Amino acid sequence: MAVKNVRRSNLTRSIKRVVVYAFCVTSILIGLISLVALLFDTFQDGLPWLSPRFLTSFWSRHPEEAGIVAALAGSIWIVGLTAAFSFPLGVSAALYLEEYASKNWFTSFIRLNIVNLAGVPSIVYGILGLGLFVEALALGRSLMAGALTMTLLILPTIIIASQEAIRSVPRAYREGAYALGATPWQVTRGVVLPQAFPGILTGTILALSRAIGEAAPLIVISGLVYVRFVPTGPLDSFTVMPLQIFNWVTLPQPEFRGLAAAGIIVLLTVLLSMNSIAIYIRNRYQKRAR
Amino acid sequence: MKRRTTILTIVIIAIIAVSLAYWYNTTATQKLSGTIEIDGSSTVFPITQAVAEEFQKTDPDVRVNIGVSGTGGGFKRFTAGDTDISDASRPIKASEAQIAEQNGIEYIEFEIALDGLAVVVNKGNTWVDYMTVQELNMTWKPNSTVYKWSDIRPEWPDQPIILYGPGMDSGTFDYFTEVIVGTVDSIRSTDEWTSSEDDNVLVQGVAGDSQALGYFGYAYYKENTDKLKIVPIDSGSGPVTPSDETVNSGQYTPLSRPLFIYVNKESLARDEVKAFVRFYMENALQLVAEVGYTPLPSSVYVENLSKL
Repeated sequence: MAVKNVRRSNLTRSIKRVVVYAFCVTSILIGLISLVALLFDTFQDGLPWLSPRFLTSFWSRHPEEAGIVAALAGSIWIVGLTAAFSFPLGVSAALYLEEYASKNWFTSFIRLNIVNLAGVPSIVYGILGLGLFVEALALGRSLMAGALTMTLLILPTIIIASQEAIRSVPRAYREGAYALGATPWQVTRGVVLPQAFPGILTGTILALSRAIGEAAPLIVISGLVYVRFVPTGPLDSFTVMPLQIFNWVTLPQPEFRGLAAAGIIVLLTVLLSMNSIAIYIRNRYQKRAR
Repeated sequence: MKRRTTILTIVIIAIIAVSLAYWYNTTATQKLSGTIEIDGSSTVFPITQAVAEEFQKTDPDVRVNIGVSGTGGGFKRFTAGDTDISDASRPIKASEAQIAEQNGIEYIEFEIALDGLAVVVNKGNTWVDYMTVQELNMTWKPNSTVYKWSDIRPEWPDQPIILYGPGMDSGTFDYFTEVIVGTVDSIRSTDEWTSSEDDNVLVQGVAGDSQALGYFGYAYYKENTDKLKIVPIDSGSGPVTPSDETVNSGQYTPLSRPLFIYVNKESLARDEVKAFVRFYMENALQLVAEVGYTPLPSSVYVENLSKL
């Protein structure tokens, strides 16, 4: 009797195991297959259009002469400026909240708000940017206005990721440093930041990757799709890759959809190289921290 | 040591490049420069883009920036003095003209091309031979009772009719409702038809649905003749199929509409804007046809030039 019971429970167990295993594998396959199908489709449409000329020429009404250089340069400008603004601001805010702020209702109120801000739709930031940077601060429809809007958009993500990273530095490290007579700033600089840096960096890069793919806020800020120059300063007008791709898709000539696919490949390449640089830097810091 | 030489080389090359560029700029003093801001209709965009592209071949230092905020969105910026030129797929509305007046913006209107609206059905649709304006009105007017093809003509199949049309922000929508329904922006309940701001989505919709009826710019039909069937329109003197000839001669009525650019008078005082608009009128005849629209008679462009 007892033996039978054990056997049966073994059987149900192995059935359960197979079912759960199959479910998990299917779940990952659904994601992977749709990604592969999407990539395959994009590469099939876009690869024939991809060439050095595509990367170095401006938009033309002749698809075979059209290129993405203005949008590519615009996107790089936006990401560079956004990184320059958002990284110091985000990390400082996280440091303040984790290391300096006293735990009272006010700081938890701020924390709650930051978490909520991370969920606000991006178009809302676009409208805010139009009112605040383009009009009130009279920056015009410039790279500066676009980058500041993007900074607002991704700051919550950077702050939250940095907070997590800072929080994961063991308490004992800090206490050890304090016991040796270090000041709060010395502890932050010498112990907390180096330990938390890989995590902070990962969060920042993920946030910046979001910034480079965003179209909605920049439709409101820039709105331009035909620009025939490469921006040379932060007050120049601009367009970005997602806007350019979006506009190509809406044109009647099917050739422009091929160009759009080629644009997507360029966008993906920029994104992936940004991510791999981040992973490289993170790995170096992780080694050094140990 | 090696590194220092490389840096030195780069610096020298940079100095040479900068001085060359400076020399080039100062020798070409007669060249126009400046920025021309344009926004507005996405229908007019391909024409203005083509003109800008050719213009910049002769005057590369003039920056021409073109946005596609839609006719209404473009006028919002134009009447605030934010842009020099506005692309429009309909004439300026009285309410918009009033805002321009309040802001002290004076402008000139230039008619630049004609655009036919194509009424299309699925390739597999065997029953539609033509439609009258009255039938289109019945189908699209508010409180329409047309739910099946047989509601339009009894001999047509007793099958549901699936409607596709441009979104309510587009000038195409404004124009269609004005001439077919009779009142601008009045249409049957929006949950009874599928709308999209992207005409390619409408093309896909009609191409994939054998019961579909849709309308959009003629240029989109021209690129998809293998997927769609065009519906000749009868406005009282027999069915007419849209084509360059019938749009230009005015036979394809009421679904062909004029396209415009609006130029700020104050901006027109600037050399680069004046040169651009002049170039626009001188080359419109050829460029309009090239991007898929119907040019106006050349006398209209000559007349436009005289307004400058």
